Amino acid sequence: MALLTKKRATEQEDTYRVPQSLAAKIFGYVSLTIIVLVTLFPIYWMLRTALSNNRTLFEDALSLLPHNFTWGGFERVFGIATEEEALAEGGSGASVNFLQAFANSTIMSTVISISQVFFSAAAAYAFSILRWKGRDGVFFIFLIALTVPGIFLTLPNFLLIRDLGLLNTMAGIMLPSLLMAPFAVFFLRQFFLGTNLSIIEAAVIDGANHFKIFRSIVAPMAMPQIITVFVLQFIFYWNDYLWPFYIANGDPAATPLTVALGVFKSQTPQGSPDWGGLMAGALVAAVPMILLMVFFGKKIVGSIQASGVK
Amino acid sequence: MANATVKSAKRRSDFLTAVPFMLPALIGLTVFVIAPGIRGIYLAFTSYDVFTEPVFIGVDNFVRMFQDEYFWNALWVTLEYVLINIAFQTVIAVFIAVLLHRFTRSSLVRGIILVPYLISNVIVALVWYWLLDYNLGLVNTVIDFLNLPKITFFDDVTSMPTIALINVWRHMGYTALLVFAGLQAIPDDVYAAAAVDGASEWRTFRSITLPLLRPVLSFVLVITITGSFQIFDTIAVTTNGGPGMATKTFSIWIADKAWGAFEFGYASAISVFLMVMLSLIALLQTKLLRANQSDLDR
Repeated sequence: MALLTKKRATEQEDTYRVPQSLAAKIFGYVSLTIIVLVTLFPIYWMLRTALSNNRTLFEDALSLLPHNFTWGGFERVFGIATEEEALAEGGSGASVNFLQAFANSTIMSTVISISQVFFSAAAAYAFSILRWKGRDGVFFIFLIALTVPGIFLTLPNFLLIRDLGLLNTMAGIMLPSLLMAPFAVFFLRQFFLGTNLSIIEAAVIDGANHFKIFRSIVAPMAMPQIITVFVLQFIFYWNDYLWPFYIANGDPAATPLTVALGVFKSQTPQGSPDWGGLMAGALVAAVPMILLMVFFGKKIVGSIQASGVK
Repeated sequence: MANATVKSAKRRSDFLTAVPFMLPALIGLTVFVIAPGIRGIYLAFTSYDVFTEPVFIGVDNFVRMFQDEYFWNALWVTLEYVLINIAFQTVIAVFIAVLLHRFTRSSLVRGIILVPYLISNVIVALVWYWLLDYNLGLVNTVIDFLNLPKITFFDDVTSMPTIALINVWRHMGYTALLVFAGLQAIPDDVYAAAAVDGASEWRTFRSITLPLLRPVLSFVLVITITGSFQIFDTIAVTTNGGPGMATKTFSIWIADKAWGAFEFGYASAISVFLMVMLSLIALLQTKLLRANQSDLDR
């Protein structure tokens, strides 16, 4: 009957422990191991390829270790290798400015995420803590915006950015995302709704205005959620491809990493692409996200789960 | 102003305070969502080559669309992608979620399975394009080593399933985490009761876990299906719609029409169709799966 002891279902580490047969245990752990391997292996293979000599890659394709170890792939990506060196190791000799693209991605993702989360949090405050007629109606428009497919808005927004003369610029890429994201407004409003209103009312009676309450009470209390939204949006914009592809319009000064990688791939000869260089570039683009996972992993996992439940 | 301090029976309105709080977001919504949305719908009824002014042509774009072989092709290949992608992704995700729930408390494992989701579509596509390369790719090298016939993963028959499965790899961990959260919300005593009654693992899963997961699963399905219909990045950096039109899904086709052929009017009409179709599917799903009701209410 001890089994029937009720545990709180919302507890994070709540795994249920019904007796398991040995066969079930073996099956479970073997399956988990396979899943982890299938997940990690392609990422390892990127590293292995990036550190191999592209020219001789085919000679030892089954070896798990880099073939003819070289930093050449990374040197080609960062433009350190001369054209002769690049060609000798099976590069295309073509160059894409990855350092510039890396800087562009960093600047755009950071600026967009900070600005967007700030204004979305302010809007979420107006839709949760403040009381006014028509509030839920206005918020509902944000909910609808959440369901509009990206490609549908991409066409007219492209025309808008073109009309503003902002094609080929980072400003043009960032502009539509600076003031809000429906997801961020929705997610933060959901959390603000749980705020203890008596604290707010006490602050109002003490003469604090809502800007002060937002800055010194509500925002600090919601800091874990605000950081979560920031990280999720940062990842989204770092990985975005379609929009920056058409707005950057081939101009290296506005091209982010994802688009640069696509260009690098299309520049390589059809028969034998520069796999070493390509994988090195892909790894460089993936590393910041993997680092985010290392530092914020628990937080990200927790909030992705939370975003699903409610 | 004075009634802010006076406790009146009717709660005072914070509207004037709310305005500065929401103004930036409302401007963003109006300028970059609502106005472009209206412009997009308007353009769907025009002929517009981007360089001269749009010309209103009524429903001609839609008439043309339904007679266009590329439309029926896009409908078919997109559906093929969505079906393969969603079927495998959902089944694998539920399987992973149950494993996580039954066998490990490790947040490291949960972190690891989320990694592919953090890597961009473009990188995921490139890595698998390399792994599945016909000449040098590891998968075909292993197949060759085992004396089996090599597989062309990106020809006109295989490329759509291949791309669908590549994206299963990217999304299975993320989807599993959402399902896992749903599993945690199922009270233990339900399982305990089943164990006391001597129910087998499979029976427990089929008769308890799956029905109680329904709200989470339907939420996950609405999100993943809507996303899946808009597949673009992975195709753009691998087959780019080819070979022939084997992977010319809606988004790829729309981009082709807009930036390749400069037919913004026609491209807008297709994207309006896509949006309407997605809304109807989402609506139907919510109705069919009763997404917002739980069987756990007692």
